[in-house]
Amino acid sequence: MAVKVIKKNCIGCGLCVQTCPFEALQLVEGIVEVDPDKCTNCGDCVEVCPASALELNEPPEKMSDNEVKEVEKREKIVKKIKRELEDYRGVWVFLEQFRGEIAPVSFELLGEGRKLADNLQTKLCGVLLGSGVEKLAEQALWYGADKVYLMDDPVLKDYRTETYAAGLVRLSQKYKPEIILMGATTMGRDLSGAVATELETGLTADCTELSIDESSGYLFQTRPAFGGNIMATIVCRHHRPQMATVRPRVMAMPEKDTGRTGEVVKENLGITEENVLVKVVDVIKEKKAATYLDKAEIIVAGGKGVGNKENFKILKELADLLGGTIGASRAAVEAGWIGQEYQVGQTGVTVRPKVYFAFGISGAIQHLVGMQTSDVIVAVNTAPDAPIFKVATYGIVGDLLQVVPAMTKAFKEKMGV
Amino acid sequence: MHFVVCVKQVPDSSEVRVDPETNTLIREGVPSIINPYDAHAVEEAVRLKEKYGGKVTVISMGPPQAEEVIRKSIQFGADEGILLSDRKFAGSDTLATSYVLTQGIKKLAEREPFDLIFCGKQAIDGDTAQVGPGIAARLKIPQLTYVLNIEEINVEEKTIKLHRKLEGMREVISAKLPALLTVVQDLNELRYAPLPNMIRAARYRPQVWTTENIEVEDDKIGLNGSPTAVRKIFAPPEREGGEIIPGGQENPEETARKLVERLLKEEIIADK
Amino acid sequence: MSEKYDVIVVGAGPAGVTTAYLTAKAGLKTILFERGDHPGAKNVMGGVLYRKPTEDVIANFWKEAPLERHVIEQNLWILDKNSVVKAGYRTKAQDQEPYNAFTVFRSRFDRWFAQKAVEAGALLITETVVEDLIWDNHFVVGVKTGRPQGDVYGSVVVLAEGVNSMLTQKAGLQKDGLNTAQLAVAVKEVIALDKEKIESRFNLEEGQGATIELVGDATMGMMGTAFIYTNTDSLSVGVGALLSQVVRQKINPNELLEHLKNHPIVRPLLEGGETKEYLGHLIPEGGYNAIPKVYTNGVVVVGDAAQFVNGIHREGSNMAMISGKLAAETIIDAHKIGEFDERALSHYQKKLSNSFIIKDLKKYQNASGFFETNDHIFSLYPSLLNKAAEEFTTVDNVPKREKQRRIMELVTSERSKLEILRDIYRGWRVMG
Repeated sequence: MAVKVIKKNCIGCGLCVQTCPFEALQLVEGIVEVDPDKCTNCGDCVEVCPASALELNEPPEKMSDNEVKEVEKREKIVKKIKRELEDYRGVWVFLEQFRGEIAPVSFELLGEGRKLADNLQTKLCGVLLGSGVEKLAEQALWYGADKVYLMDDPVLKDYRTETYAAGLVRLSQKYKPEIILMGATTMGRDLSGAVATELETGLTADCTELSIDESSGYLFQTRPAFGGNIMATIVCRHHRPQMATVRPRVMAMPEKDTGRTGEVVKENLGITEENVLVKVVDVIKEKKAATYLDKAEIIVAGGKGVGNKENFKILKELADLLGGTIGASRAAVEAGWIGQEYQVGQTGVTVRPKVYFAFGISGAIQHLVGMQTSDVIVAVNTAPDAPIFKVATYGIVGDLLQVVPAMTKAFKEKMGV
Repeated sequence: MHFVVCVKQVPDSSEVRVDPETNTLIREGVPSIINPYDAHAVEEAVRLKEKYGGKVTVISMGPPQAEEVIRKSIQFGADEGILLSDRKFAGSDTLATSYVLTQGIKKLAEREPFDLIFCGKQAIDGDTAQVGPGIAARLKIPQLTYVLNIEEINVEEKTIKLHRKLEGMREVISAKLPALLTVVQDLNELRYAPLPNMIRAARYRPQVWTTENIEVEDDKIGLNGSPTAVRKIFAPPEREGGEIIPGGQENPEETARKLVERLLKEEIIADK
Repeated sequence: MSEKYDVIVVGAGPAGVTTAYLTAKAGLKTILFERGDHPGAKNVMGGVLYRKPTEDVIANFWKEAPLERHVIEQNLWILDKNSVVKAGYRTKAQDQEPYNAFTVFRSRFDRWFAQKAVEAGALLITETVVEDLIWDNHFVVGVKTGRPQGDVYGSVVVLAEGVNSMLTQKAGLQKDGLNTAQLAVAVKEVIALDKEKIESRFNLEEGQGATIELVGDATMGMMGTAFIYTNTDSLSVGVGALLSQVVRQKINPNELLEHLKNHPIVRPLLEGGETKEYLGHLIPEGGYNAIPKVYTNGVVVVGDAAQFVNGIHREGSNMAMISGKLAAETIIDAHKIGEFDERALSHYQKKLSNSFIIKDLKKYQNASGFFETNDHIFSLYPSLLNKAAEEFTTVDNVPKREKQRRIMELVTSERSKLEILRDIYRGWRVMG
């Protein structure tokens, strides 16, 4: 007795294959196939199939004693795996710090982590690695952590994959967290890949949404894929910790409560400098706008509709008046009107300002994923059916070369500048 | 010097869509290309070979048609290519993929030890940036991501000095070889392949290694070796469209004024 | 550059691939250049592949080539504003192997076909433009590509470069450039439609295909034709018209296609379909009179580059393949004696003259010119025919003799009996 496959529905995602406790399913040329000798018709796969490609057959007729034994044996193995997973408790957030300053994304993740921990009725912990960073630990508590694991060691002065990964792996193996979250920053992405490999667990990069599945308790990790053209929800079922990275400014910044307190647990790294193969020789600041773009509260961005390099001045004037920063779409950057460091979008910077002005930007999906979480979006475009109007809070159908100078003029008058 | 470059065949991401009714990927007619970051990785390895001497070997995991990316790498000037291809590899996530590639590289190293491994900073289909770090972790060699400039290689002492691209800054690093580098596009400009390379690539038949040729454990590859699974895929949600303030074409001045009044009145822009 | 090839083929369309496939198969060292990403990338052929010429190159190709449907029914529709007169032929005989014709996606088929040439030993170099010929003492000895270190030497260069026959001109074979009267512009869309819908609308079973050629209002009365071909789960819909007329009447080719798609008779066939691809292309329609000299020392010209297109019967790819085949035969013979001068390659011209290609093109040599200067044939007659049919099919108690009189009246009001006779006579002369 085996489950039935509805081949035309199968999308070949393989979820059922991973779910099946009896290894009765496999993908053959992208379509699932059932081994009737192994299938017990338990229905686990039917439950998880996202495409309704699996169907339970009539309840099984009487099984032979041997079959019953086999099923029981396998169920035991599955239960054992599940018990082992239950040893993993707690939601961790890696506290990214550079020269004594914690990256804002870490606080954003504490805000998100708090929700997940409450949902799972478990603790939220910060993990802090560095040299002379003990005093930073309390900040994590202010933003919602119950506990902070701290490794303070001169070897950890500069971020290096080797030492930081070793530290995080060591802590993780000792305290077994259920979930580890990191910022999808240069550091977070560098570190998470190494740690997940060492721990042989799953990692989902660039999540835009995290939630706990009510029935299974698994972390549902949703992220854009294929340049933002599709969204995918990822689960990591049988491995712990469940690891995810989240881009800065995707999650909201939580309220700071300096009255909150909690436990700080100190651990040793146990690596000496002589054994480290990588040295940081120097760090050179680059004077480029991108540093400011991702922190800007007001962004005045221009796209193809700006028309030429010269016209960006019109945008600059408005930006200067409002104390904002200039941004650009890929089209404007590729046209050579403005530097790549100003690019907002999938291949540029993700921004979440209070106000995002999109002038002459049609709103290709790759641009939208980089700015659509802005609090307010104001769009001006000549094409009434431009996708940007679908995300805009306010829109004007018109020529930006007329509208923007008029806006600047009106702001000047109203604000009495 | 032996330079190994990991390359991936990806669908041209700008052309992939989700069928809103069935929630499946529409791959029909979507051309396959070499992952653009990987192309820069190959280019850099070839430039270093020209400077320091040695050999460039590319390695890829994928279906038989991924041979194309190896041939593309030969066009760029790589010397040799290996394709890890087996139906058992299908469905591998980043953890399983880094395992298979590592096992392939280990096998390659038995013949010719490597000095540098290159990867693109990420693949444009998954955008995960996990396979490179995964390989470095498995091989237990230094991992240097987001490399935007290689200053120098000391062939005698087997060290490298390079620049990494961080947020708003660059980090100057020195490291012991062998090491794994993931590279950004700013690192170099792709050169137009000379005809002899094109001819060599057209003739080139990469070696194909299956589970018969490299040592892999069954439960670490393919779906079985992949901790993560796609629960569902769907078209990105659209943000609710807001209000269009009319009159932008007929009377831009007045419409702009109305907009500014709204922004100030609703305190979206603070009136200083 | 010490490496030398026996055969250099420029262009991996049907003509070039045929030559490359056959010369490689015969053991000649063959290199094939294609400017696109892959063979077929720049091809927009309407989408019907005839079995016979293809089979002459690759036996039993239909067993493995990427084909859409085998054609069992061919129709001619003469359209007026909101009516149609239809003629068609459907046969069970073409519903079985070896079949007669197939609908294809040229880009897929060409890719497969080029792969066959590669398997036969030809070297396919894509994304590479051949910019010039290399001469040595009035003899073409190789080509210059746009790549660094890009010169290649060979015994013979086969120009299969398609309609923009720049190298053919550089070889001094085509004296003047193309004039617009010799070019047709074709636009085509691939419209995705459920398999079941296609089969019910066109009265087909699985695997069976139908073609419709349309004239009259389909081209807004210009000289040209339109077509609808059934693919497996899409339709190829296109319009072709003489470039000179399109230019003169200031009609954008795209408008022509939209006009066809929205024609009240055509629209129901396409209902619910979704446009997946849009392509435009130039087709040489100069016919016999526009054929350049097709060989010189170290060079032969094949396919569209040689203007081997029959504008009347809408045949191009079969002529391309056959000319490619004849060129290959000539080259293989020339290789045996080791001579590739004009004299040796002139056998290609002889083979062409004995083939249907030159015979057909000669037969229709005055047709294009006739139709171009008498374009009322594409506007007036379809309309008259439809009106006649309307009279004839309306049951309204009018005696049949009276109806015939009315039809004649209708016709002669538009054009005198003498003029019609002249049209028929001339039409018969150029077509017969």
